[in-house]
Amino acid sequence: MANLIDTVMILLILTNFALLGSSLLGMCINIAAFQGILIGVLPFLTGSGPVLAETAAMAIGTMALKGFVFPWLMFRAIRDTNVKREMEPFVGYSTSLMFGVAALVGSLWLAGHLVLPAGARGLTGASLIMPASFFTIMAGLFLIIARKKAITQVLGYLVMENGIYVFGASIVMERPWLVELGVLLDVFVAVFTMGIVIFYINREFDSIDASRLAHLRDWRRTRGASSTGV
Amino acid sequence: MPVISLIVLPSLAGLSAFVIRNDRLRRLLLVLTAFGHLSLSFLAVFDRPVAVPGEGWFALDPLGALFLLITSTLFAAVSVYAVGYLEREEPGERQDFVSSFLFVNAPEAVFTGCLLLFLATMSMVTLSQHMGLLWVAVEATTLTSAPLIYFHRHHRSLEATWKYLLICSVGIAIALLGVFFLAVAASNQEIPLTMSGLAEHAQGLDPLWLKAAFIFLVVGYGTKMGLAPLNTWLPDAHSESPSLVSALLSGALLNCAFLGILRIFQVTSAARIEPFGQDILVVFGLVSMGVAAIFILGQVNYKRMLAYSSVEHMGILSLGVGLGGAGAFGAMLHAVNHSITKAMLFMVAGNILTAYRTKSTLNVKGVLGAAPVSGVLWIGGLFAITGSPPFGTFMSELSILKAAMDQGNWIVTFFYLAFLAVIFMAMTSIGIKMAFGVSEDGDREPAVEPWLSTLPCMVLGVIVLFLGLYVPAGLATLIDQAIRGLGFP
Repeated sequence: MANLIDTVMILLILTNFALLGSSLLGMCINIAAFQGILIGVLPFLTGSGPVLAETAAMAIGTMALKGFVFPWLMFRAIRDTNVKREMEPFVGYSTSLMFGVAALVGSLWLAGHLVLPAGARGLTGASLIMPASFFTIMAGLFLIIARKKAITQVLGYLVMENGIYVFGASIVMERPWLVELGVLLDVFVAVFTMGIVIFYINREFDSIDASRLAHLRDWRRTRGASSTGV
Repeated sequence: MPVISLIVLPSLAGLSAFVIRNDRLRRLLLVLTAFGHLSLSFLAVFDRPVAVPGEGWFALDPLGALFLLITSTLFAAVSVYAVGYLEREEPGERQDFVSSFLFVNAPEAVFTGCLLLFLATMSMVTLSQHMGLLWVAVEATTLTSAPLIYFHRHHRSLEATWKYLLICSVGIAIALLGVFFLAVAASNQEIPLTMSGLAEHAQGLDPLWLKAAFIFLVVGYGTKMGLAPLNTWLPDAHSESPSLVSALLSGALLNCAFLGILRIFQVTSAARIEPFGQDILVVFGLVSMGVAAIFILGQVNYKRMLAYSSVEHMGILSLGVGLGGAGAFGAMLHAVNHSITKAMLFMVAGNILTAYRTKSTLNVKGVLGAAPVSGVLWIGGLFAITGSPPFGTFMSELSILKAAMDQGNWIVTFFYLAFLAVIFMAMTSIGIKMAFGVSEDGDREPAVEPWLSTLPCMVLGVIVLFLGLYVPAGLATLIDQAIRGLGFP
């Protein structure tokens, strides 16, 4: 079992690199969908003995939501808003990949220093769970910060949430309802995706470039009193 | 009477507000629910001994009771103000006064419904005795408050709502990871994640993972509380939302997030590793005060100025608890004083905004002449919020100062006083320029000040003045019990 889990974790790490290095939004959504299915499998692998109905329901629900519903919503959003790729990210793609390498090293170091207490070690002898989940969280946070398009930021949020789910589903499985709370984070993803469509419907923006959402700031005195304090 | 009614009442009222078609009936429901909630809260807190923490997931302990009273009092004042506000906001297209495009408001039924649900979720935060449930409640406050910020449907409020949702939901996600870490720390003996369970078995918690949980929960809830450098959503949301919503965000919601931090602090102090947590809180506190001081200097938007002042005061709360002892007492008292003063100031700012139709401090002159009641309350409120005697804030800031000096912590003392002095000068000079002087329009007619928009501010102003002269015995006892709950003798 441990080998299988580690294989899943390696695939997870690879999907993160793919997300960090890709500019095509459709491709990114597909990768995130694959990641969602990948982590949905986890509860089947980490549980001991026969699979409980509750665990199975959680796993299938996760896969359906992250693997199909959200990608479908996001595809609809990019179709409605007519964006294909992230043109000018705040941080370039090769720099993003370099960040990925650094973050992976950081995650391995952190996981090496955080020793799980005996009660939480459970049956999983898999050694890559913690580093992979920390790396996924960092990659998601990085995507939120480094990309301009609102849809990529939502994608980053989804990836970060996947990382938290991996940690929960493999390490705090004694309290399954606690892991299920993570579903509530998905509410945000749904709200964000709908929000992007609302932006577009309102036509108050020419594009869904989140960097255009930059009217509110301090210190804009140079253009006279009338333009200040907006 | 079960405490759960404090959540059920506003929830039911909120849901029915969505379907009530009659505006007057819905506004009546809002005010009645608010005052019903206020009386239920007072009954729940003072009618029975509260020193015993409950066993269940929902219970009222002294710490929660303190924050429940703040939330409920503010909501009652805001509900009265809301009636006047909603009457002034005619439906249909209106012109924006900054860049004169047309926009519409969200339906009033949605606004009122979300306002009541917001009260329900904040009550749930104060009553939660389980770390997982608390997290759910804090997340729910984010979801119910976002539509309130997006009441005026135009691009600036949309931008503010987007930032609020994105930044706070990242914070919430980090807090969930913190809850997971706490579960790992508690996994050796299958310790329940309730406050009583964690306090009882605190010695069995894994200290390394408990520390990690503390850091993640402070960062996560700190984002929502507006601790610098995680405060970037706060000035935008506060300046773009309707003033009564800003009052609730600043006075009640930030406190609820602070309660989340206090809960995990309770656990660390039961596990006897509180010095670790206290240092972190002191650093966050001073950084927040410093950042607020920088942004208040030269601020040209008076609602943003109040928002940064909230960052400052959240810093003071964090610093007070970090110092412990008399500082913790001061912090709890300050939470009460700050909430009341800040809610009043935001509502007065709303009145000024109605009269002048600009948020720029440079274009507002002579408020005392143009809107006398609001002008007096504005000046009084600004002196109160900057901690001048005889207001309550002076007493609470003084006891935090005393704690720092008693511990011989001169670095903290120096920065604390320096930041307070800078903010005092900056805010009062902006306030005085706004209050006095002659309006640019020349002979401005005194604005009509309906009692619905001035009375709630006056009541809150009187309370904060009163608290500076005398702290009622009931409140003092409650605060004493609350800081004992935090692990300070």
